[in-house]
Amino acid sequence: MSFINYASREINCKIVYYGPGLCGKTTNLQFIYQKTAPEAKGKMISLATETERTLFFDFLPLSLGEIRGFKTRFHLYTVPGQVFYDASRKLILKGVDGVVFVADSQEERIDANIESLENLRINLKEQGYDLDNLPYIIQYNKRDLPDVMTIEELHRELNPTNVPEFEACATTGEGVFETLKAVAKLILVDLKKGK
Amino acid sequence: MSNPTLVMYDEEFQEVNDVIGRLLTEANAKVIFLVDKNGQLISGVGETDRFDTTSLASLTAGNIAATGGLAKLIGEKEFSILFHEGEKDNLHISIVGGRVILVVLFDARSSLGLVRLRVKKSSEELSAIFAKLKKKSEEREKRGSSDFPFAEITDDDIDNLFS
Repeated sequence: MSFINYASREINCKIVYYGPGLCGKTTNLQFIYQKTAPEAKGKMISLATETERTLFFDFLPLSLGEIRGFKTRFHLYTVPGQVFYDASRKLILKGVDGVVFVADSQEERIDANIESLENLRINLKEQGYDLDNLPYIIQYNKRDLPDVMTIEELHRELNPTNVPEFEACATTGEGVFETLKAVAKLILVDLKKGK
Repeated sequence: MSNPTLVMYDEEFQEVNDVIGRLLTEANAKVIFLVDKNGQLISGVGETDRFDTTSLASLTAGNIAATGGLAKLIGEKEFSILFHEGEKDNLHISIVGGRVILVVLFDARSSLGLVRLRVKKSSEELSAIFAKLKKKSEEREKRGSSDFPFAEITDDDIDNLFS
């Protein structure tokens, strides 16, 4: 649910990075944080365990600039990927405007990807959303690793609805901003339609 | 889609600020924030410059969401008031009209009793404003005169954001 404030001339939107444990959601946000000019970003918050696993969420506020005199702000969230944190994942999806599904390209993680994607669909439904009606894109992460599936295989397994998809290596930042731009653009186009 | 956009207009924004401004004085608080349940800051009064308001808003909403989850697990609808006590500063967090979160930060110059009392009164006023706001957006939508500032943006406008 975007928030339009005519008084302060601001538009706020919420983007959620979803995906299986250790797929690189937090790494995406960390890279964005590192590479964004200080005036365009707020503090990044990570609610993580002592072993740096996301416990509740990561949060990164970004200010992209103005459109027609309105400041556009994006709030980036990640969910905890580990299966048993499902209750927390549901909470983060509340009021989402756009979703990035971060898939782990490694062969041994394909089942985890499929399970997480199904979980995303179910959890969205519980909140009254339909993934097919939301601004939604997929990122195939960890393309630099040796045992990765081909893009064609991943597409077949994870992207039957043909949403925009991007290859990435979040540790080096490859594809990270392309992914963010694509989802932000979809959200703005959606807003333009006045949904 | 159950995804109505929250829209805030100048008139209601002023009303909201008047209410929380008065609450700030009456409750002898340091800072007061209004946050929507998704973590977006709606407004703030008092010593707002001293705090990272964006982070506060996001964490408050996360806090309310997590306690709401707990409430459901034990068969409650929600916990409408949360209170966090610190060594110097305290946070009183409450849900207003089921849709927005009112955060009052206060220290020893005030007391929990006073804050609770004043918050109760202000909550009713705020509920009324947000109900009015909702009605206003719905009416505008019905009339089809959705005055979205985004209705006229072009692809170029969007691309320019990322240049």
